[in-house]
Amino acid sequence: MTDTKPFLALSGLTKAYPGVVANSDVSLSIAPGEVHALLGENGAGKSTLVKMIYGLVKPDSGQMQMNGAPFAPSEPRAARAAGVGMVFQHFSLFDALSVAENIALGMENAPKMGALSQQIRDVSDIYGLPLSPDRVVGDLSAGERQRVEIIRCLLQEPKLLIMDEPTSVLTPQEVEILFKTLRKLSAEGTAILYISHKLEEIRSLCDSATILRLGKVVGECTPAETSARDMAEMMVGTVLQTPTRAGKTPGDVVLDLKNLSAKSPSAFGMPLRDISVQVRRGEILGIGGVAGNGQDELLAALSGETLSAQGMVSFQGRDVGLLGPTPRRSMGILTAPEERLGHAAAPDMSLTENAMLTGAEREGLDKGGMLNWPAARRFAEKIIADFDVRTPGPGNAARSLSGGNLQKFVIGREVLQRPDLLVVNQPTWGVDASAAASIRQALLDLAENGTALIVISQDLDELMEISDRFAALNEGRLSEPRSAQGLTVDEIGLMMGGAHGMEVAHV
Amino acid sequence: MDLSVINPLLFIAGFLVAATPLIFAAMGELVVEKSGVLNLGVEGMMITGAICGFAVAVETGSPLLGFVAAAIGGALLSLLFAFLTQITLANQVASGLALTLFGLGISALLGQSYVGVKPPRLGDINFGPLTDIPVIGPILFTHDIILYLGIALVAATWAVLKFTRAGLILRAVGESHDAAHALGYKVVRIRTMAIMFGGACAGIGGAYISLIRVPQWTEGMTAGVGWIALALVVFASWKPWRLLLGAYLFGGITQLQLNLQGAGVAIPVEYLAMSPYVITIVVLVILSRDKSAAPASLGRNFHASS
Repeated sequence: MTDTKPFLALSGLTKAYPGVVANSDVSLSIAPGEVHALLGENGAGKSTLVKMIYGLVKPDSGQMQMNGAPFAPSEPRAARAAGVGMVFQHFSLFDALSVAENIALGMENAPKMGALSQQIRDVSDIYGLPLSPDRVVGDLSAGERQRVEIIRCLLQEPKLLIMDEPTSVLTPQEVEILFKTLRKLSAEGTAILYISHKLEEIRSLCDSATILRLGKVVGECTPAETSARDMAEMMVGTVLQTPTRAGKTPGDVVLDLKNLSAKSPSAFGMPLRDISVQVRRGEILGIGGVAGNGQDELLAALSGETLSAQGMVSFQGRDVGLLGPTPRRSMGILTAPEERLGHAAAPDMSLTENAMLTGAEREGLDKGGMLNWPAARRFAEKIIADFDVRTPGPGNAARSLSGGNLQKFVIGREVLQRPDLLVVNQPTWGVDASAAASIRQALLDLAENGTALIVISQDLDELMEISDRFAALNEGRLSEPRSAQGLTVDEIGLMMGGAHGMEVAHV
Repeated sequence: MDLSVINPLLFIAGFLVAATPLIFAAMGELVVEKSGVLNLGVEGMMITGAICGFAVAVETGSPLLGFVAAAIGGALLSLLFAFLTQITLANQVASGLALTLFGLGISALLGQSYVGVKPPRLGDINFGPLTDIPVIGPILFTHDIILYLGIALVAATWAVLKFTRAGLILRAVGESHDAAHALGYKVVRIRTMAIMFGGACAGIGGAYISLIRVPQWTEGMTAGVGWIALALVVFASWKPWRLLLGAYLFGGITQLQLNLQGAGVAIPVEYLAMSPYVITIVVLVILSRDKSAAPASLGRNFHASS
């Protein structure tokens, strides 16, 4: 397919921000109907590159050509007019507005609401993406939200569709249906630029791939003919180490949840419904599921941010459902929430202060209300040293760390407090592959030493790699946990709730 | 005590007048907040509008020109707020409070030579025979044009927010400025225009007090109506018609307590004077159960980084 005339050709694109070169001399070309993968780690410059194509960012130098003519969109509107559609990684949707209103906002000449609703129904039927135009977006699941974005693009009949990490919020079945839709579009002549770091997906979907590292093109390949491991090593630039684990027998029950139900603290959240599960010493329970199915609420119910009725949560035989976070921490229940800035760490406080915030109880940093800063600083320095956090020192603000480094700090801070039960949500989200491997290794080592762990994640490969047992959250309910060994992708997908009412494209 | 001195017709006609400044100021603020900006400077913009309108009406002899000047004055003052919060990204709460203090100060300065002056009177619209309809005539058809404009403003704002693309974009910017920016909408420009609209409305509301309701100029004569307007927007859950209802409730109780004072009711004047504020807030708190109505980006500054 690549021997036809390119639809879009980029040559020598460079974009620098103060202190960092996001893209340096990037060139690539996409033919009509080609599915082209853009591969790279977080911070490799993928997002900046597609933002230039979509007109959100202006390149410092270099040219773009569309169908042989110069192409320099000054704003997204111009890019959309030229036939470029984009599905964003972080959804660009408005929670309080309806599906039709959201779609109208992304269109140049939106028709009247009635006509638009009909168009939405037609397109969603053709491509097998059922969606009701009148529903409020805040009530939709992550998969449905993505359908809103995709349909918004499809209504403009794009010639190039940019998809930024589209599958991170989907169940395996939903991914399969998305791929069928994309293949159908590609067969109709739409070029697709597909950004991901999930290599197996790229191997099954994409015709060609360009690999970025630190803003530069480091290689091109045909994904179907290249092994996932080779591509990963091109992305990272080093040889990857796989975490190792020793076989073990789980010990006593540490955490016992009995019919845990709790309302969600936020308006668009998911209540927990009847969750029963036991976690034992030295065991890692992996919890999968599409985002927004109760992950944050489960973590909050375990950490003590939301209280639960008597008898629902017991820890080492004691009922802790009515205790707040501080007493739970001193008993040995530690948690690391998903949102690094603002929930797990206070963005504008230094690392020492952040170490103090959760470590005061268990590390004895607080004597009769007086804070022991030198000890807090030593604790922060120990986290930085043990977890290879790249920062000039513990006096730096949490905000100044990159996502991966802050994640290492946040996880390290809890691991070093010797928890009896550690609950982590998305421990390696937005973290590069080598840092992710070291975080997983730390979690495995912790389990080795007898801690019970609950790892909530959307990365199924990660969960399969480290969990002993696996369960999935779906609409606030937890599936029956099963031994992680030997679980197939299909079985996991069904535990996650299957395809959420999606159907295969009517090809 | 003699309640028979209260004429129900004059009472109702009077509370429509008492509610009008509040309608203008609160509708303006509703639009501003729908765009995601919290401007606490309503009181300052109202009093500035009050003196600008008063001064121009006295100098030109035309009350309508006065209202135009009031709108311009309020919008200009709000532009200062727009510059602080949208360009320099200053804190919206602090900037709004500063705007109120600045407005109170500058209006006192501008108004020095107008104390005790009588402004030209804006006549009522002549509805012809309609005025002679019993009961309805004296209540509905004996007012000036600005009062009717206030009601039209509520209807127009409701329709624009609900049915037009411009209204949809405004709500979108207030809901998630990042997502709106990603779709290519000019967040800062849209918000600045909303802020100026709010300023102009507050200015007209202020001038309605100094030119029609009172009518004279005294320092600080808006007497907290701007703050009530702010509370009204929240308690009306950002819904125009509910806001109109709240404004009439406030205007009605204000008028009622004045009449009761006149009738010599045996309740201390202070309690009567505070009653409109207390009752309006209590009723609206009960009405505003659904908290999710607030624009999600309200009060958050936007910067188009990365």
